[in-house]
Amino acid sequence: MKKLSARRRHPLAALVVLLFALAVTGGLYAAFAPADKAQADDTAQSLAIKEGKKLFAVGCASCHGTGGQGSSDGPSLVGVGAAAVDFQVGTGRMPAQQPGAQVPRKRNIYTNAQIDQLAAYVASLGPGPAVPDKAQYSADGADIGKGGELFRTNCAQCHNFTGKGGALTNGKYAPTLEGVNPKHIYEAMETGPQNMPSFGDGTLSKQNKKDIVAYLGAVDSDKSASPGGMELGGLGPVTEGLFGYIFGLGACVAVAIWVAARTTKAKKS
Amino acid sequence: MSNETTATTARRGQAPRGERIADWADGRLGIYSLAKANMRKIFPDHWSFMLGEVALYSFIIIILTGVYLTLFFHPSMAEVTYHGSYVPMHGIKMTQAFESTLHISFDVRGGLLIRQIHHWAALVFLAAMMVHMMRVFFTGAFRKPREVNWLFGFLLFVLGMFTGFTGYSLPDDLLSGTGVRFIEGVILAMPLIGSYLQMFIFGGEFPGHDIIPRFFTIHVLLLPGIMLGLLVAHLILVIYHKHTQFPGAGKTNNNVVGMPLLPVYMAKAGGFFFLVFGVIAVIAAVASINPVWAIGPYRPDQVSTGAQPDWYMGFAEGLVRVMPGWEWNFWGHTINFGVLIPILVFPLVLVAIAVYPFVESWVRGDKREHHILDRPRNVPTRTAFGVAWLVAYFVMLIGGGNDLWATHFHLSINSITWFVRIAFFVGPVLAFIATKRICLGLQRRDKDKVLHGRESGIIKRLPHGEFIEVHEPLNQEQLHFLTQHEQPEPVELGPEVDENGVRRKLKRSQKLRAKLSKGYYGEDNVIPKPTVEEYKEITSGHGHH
Amino acid sequence: MSETEENLPSERETAHEGAVVKAENPFADPGLPPHEHRVQDTDERAAKRSERAVAFLFLVSMLATVAFIASYVAIPIDKIVYIFPLGHISALNFALGLTLGVALFCIGAGAVHWARTLMSDEEVADERHPIAAAPEVKAKVLADFADGARESQFGRRKLIRNTMFGALALVPLSGVVLLRDLGPLPEKKLRTTGWKKGIRLVNQSTNLPLRPEDIAVGSLTFAKPEGLEESDEEFNEKIAKDALMLVRIQPQNIKDKQELAWSHEGIVAYSKICTHVGCPISLYEQQTHHVLCPCHQSTFDLSDGGRVIFGPAGHALPQLHITVKDGFLEAASGFAEPVGPSFWERG
Repeated sequence: MKKLSARRRHPLAALVVLLFALAVTGGLYAAFAPADKAQADDTAQSLAIKEGKKLFAVGCASCHGTGGQGSSDGPSLVGVGAAAVDFQVGTGRMPAQQPGAQVPRKRNIYTNAQIDQLAAYVASLGPGPAVPDKAQYSADGADIGKGGELFRTNCAQCHNFTGKGGALTNGKYAPTLEGVNPKHIYEAMETGPQNMPSFGDGTLSKQNKKDIVAYLGAVDSDKSASPGGMELGGLGPVTEGLFGYIFGLGACVAVAIWVAARTTKAKKS
Repeated sequence: MSNETTATTARRGQAPRGERIADWADGRLGIYSLAKANMRKIFPDHWSFMLGEVALYSFIIIILTGVYLTLFFHPSMAEVTYHGSYVPMHGIKMTQAFESTLHISFDVRGGLLIRQIHHWAALVFLAAMMVHMMRVFFTGAFRKPREVNWLFGFLLFVLGMFTGFTGYSLPDDLLSGTGVRFIEGVILAMPLIGSYLQMFIFGGEFPGHDIIPRFFTIHVLLLPGIMLGLLVAHLILVIYHKHTQFPGAGKTNNNVVGMPLLPVYMAKAGGFFFLVFGVIAVIAAVASINPVWAIGPYRPDQVSTGAQPDWYMGFAEGLVRVMPGWEWNFWGHTINFGVLIPILVFPLVLVAIAVYPFVESWVRGDKREHHILDRPRNVPTRTAFGVAWLVAYFVMLIGGGNDLWATHFHLSINSITWFVRIAFFVGPVLAFIATKRICLGLQRRDKDKVLHGRESGIIKRLPHGEFIEVHEPLNQEQLHFLTQHEQPEPVELGPEVDENGVRRKLKRSQKLRAKLSKGYYGEDNVIPKPTVEEYKEITSGHGHH
Repeated sequence: MSETEENLPSERETAHEGAVVKAENPFADPGLPPHEHRVQDTDERAAKRSERAVAFLFLVSMLATVAFIASYVAIPIDKIVYIFPLGHISALNFALGLTLGVALFCIGAGAVHWARTLMSDEEVADERHPIAAAPEVKAKVLADFADGARESQFGRRKLIRNTMFGALALVPLSGVVLLRDLGPLPEKKLRTTGWKKGIRLVNQSTNLPLRPEDIAVGSLTFAKPEGLEESDEEFNEKIAKDALMLVRIQPQNIKDKQELAWSHEGIVAYSKICTHVGCPISLYEQQTHHVLCPCHQSTFDLSDGGRVIFGPAGHALPQLHITVKDGFLEAASGFAEPVGPSFWERG
């Protein structure tokens, strides 16, 4: 940080900021501009829906009904939106393998294009949250500190301080957020998969969600630092206690055994 | 030694410098008499005798590192906004206690290391005390004359728990703050005085601005001061009583066999301090503990899953977690049994182990000193009680971490809670029975070994074709080791009527004592050790098998 | 040394062989086994090796201390390095801890190795003496005590004794009285919250007043009373009682009649503070409407009046009666019962 504040006074700093601002403006324009083009492109959209419907009939209809109206084995998908499909299929949760307390995350078996087609089909059943675009969940312009506070207020109670997950009732659980694609985290907040409540824009504003995703990126990614050493799972005192007993006291006892052991005797002649 | 000293004295015409300093001190402090008794004091060698040393040394490490931490820590609940080095905390409101903990961790070079050594040493301290206590328990080292020292040790353990808890609360992070909130709930649950006590302890409504400074004083002054006093008393008694020893050749109740304090134990015990400190320093280098920056500052409306105390409070946490939600409302008053019962059971379980030495000596009616340790198998009832106690303790530790067992072993948290509820009552009983049977089995094996020798693993074929395993007779050292223990007779109540035919009045306590005594030393609870006659009969000429 | 050898039983040599057993009592204590020499005791070269090993350990310790100081000076405090298998960790913490650990450990290892290989390892026996005093000592002490007690006239002058006990019993009361100002009296503090009729519900995360349409079915929103700001002096004390969680349940799924009456179109507002010991309870499962406390697993059913369905909590979560005015959610009244953990006067 000291380095950064020192460089702020560099003569070229203003230029860098200007270039940065230009790049962000351009990027945002690029991100938002194609919207009307997509709207115009009706035929591509309806093609996607058609393809999606086929995929749906094969992979999803047995539980969610042929029209996505739901059945005793799966909820209705009318109005869940593209974001829900992108999350559920993108994280491999859907199609579900077997019923249970909770459908676990597993390897995703669809291509990105197929997921998009499925999402387009389900979105066509009723209005719901769309798949967020990159600008919504990228760390640019996010307040990590605020994100942390929001995370502790809204998310940590189930997902743990740094998103390591935790238990819910009767075998259900909040999964770990480590290594989860920021897009999927954003979508989970928007749609509230399985027993997770949703955090729509009335509950957490778009900026709030962006801050939370950025905070997780800072503290719960592969590159996140754990200055003190091994994280021990980031689970708090239980693993610390086990580690203290096994390695702390264990090492002390091992040393004590050496200290108290008899020294090897000379062989009897 | 003494010859050498006189030689040097004669050469220089004046006592050497060291001796003169010692003379000076002796004239004022009487150190020669002290040293005469203690300098060559004998200590027996056994690794398990060093568990207490691990506790002692980690306590010293905690004091050393703790003093360093106070140089930087601000025990204040005044609110500040963070602008330090740790970016993900920028702009967050927090108390000075939390901010200064972040400062120690990120802006004081080596501060993080000292913090981690302090905390790791605290976990090892409590763990070492616990295991040390178990060693003393299972070997019967608490018997006369050491009952008082057992109590001192027990008090150290209990005070250590509370010192640890107050220290864990000081950074005012989200995890420890949740623990303090729990304490508030416990105080409120106390009948009659609860809400008054809560206001007085917190200086107003929770959380207030007083609890951290108050905990600080308790953590750095009050409790460590008492503990230091108890610790010194504990050590003085260890030296005064002289150490116990395991049975063996040449070891009697009237001697202590080992090596002298100077030089061997000076080097071994002194060296062991550095070894323990080294081990803990390396652990603090490689493993993170209580990363408060990841946990965040305390706010009463925030919480994280996996909210647990440090391990030594896990037992209490377990009791609270598995308690059913009972509450009484009557005449405008409420009793919160969901909190009250666990908080009463917690000290009761601890006291059960603390008073055990007095119960056992009462049951046995033994007034003699004991310096030879028991082998746990030779006192099956005590061993079984100890194991049952441990099972109850560890079942509750499981209960205290039920959420983590649920996620990591894919179980239902409700099932674990139910398991713990049942196992807390059933587990100790099963453990008691199983342990007793195992002890008796081991006694039987010892008896076989004495009478028939050790199984050598060599198979011999006799001339008529029979295969036998050669049993190797034990030497006298081993025979002595396996037969030296006492087997007391159970206390008898005597005849129900006295010589005049009048019914004797028996106090209920006498009956209870006789019953317990039978449970300890009665026929079914002990395998009579082999007698010399049995041994001679088997070994004289008949051969084995 | 010679003294201890004299103490050893003479038959120990034979006894140690194990073959010959004492005729009268085969189980008798054979006495201390004879001392056996170590390699270092007989072979000066081995002893020299031990000496060098000890010196080497002390030398390593010195080097480690130098390395500690060098790390302290050279490594920037914010440098993060990747070390397998520890992860991305602080270089300074790792270097300081490792060097300090090695420096300390080697001193200890050197001293112990010295003790084990070079110092005498002959076991010696020390006599024990009974802890209890000899009868004549006891008699003397008791006589002294009796003299002292008689001379003090403590037993005879009952007036002095009784008043002294009275004075000693009373004097600690001053100390107890002095504790009075530790805190205020409870009064109604535990019964009151910041909620009363007409106070708007403000979203904890966005800091905006909440409208019914902000709260979707299956969502979870945390709210605080309007006017309570994080920058307030008493924020923590207030939010410790006022924190609220809002969920929306399809009205036909609400089982409790009063809950339905106090809700607004299925939006129900419950205290976030657990009734067991006061943890912020908020592990809401939107399909089951159960909310779980992360501290002790009390589980409440938000579709059934906040009833306790599992765990140690003793009574239901308090619900806040809400209504809508000018399009915003607001409290229709304060909490009907105290929030948070039970206390004696709660009733």
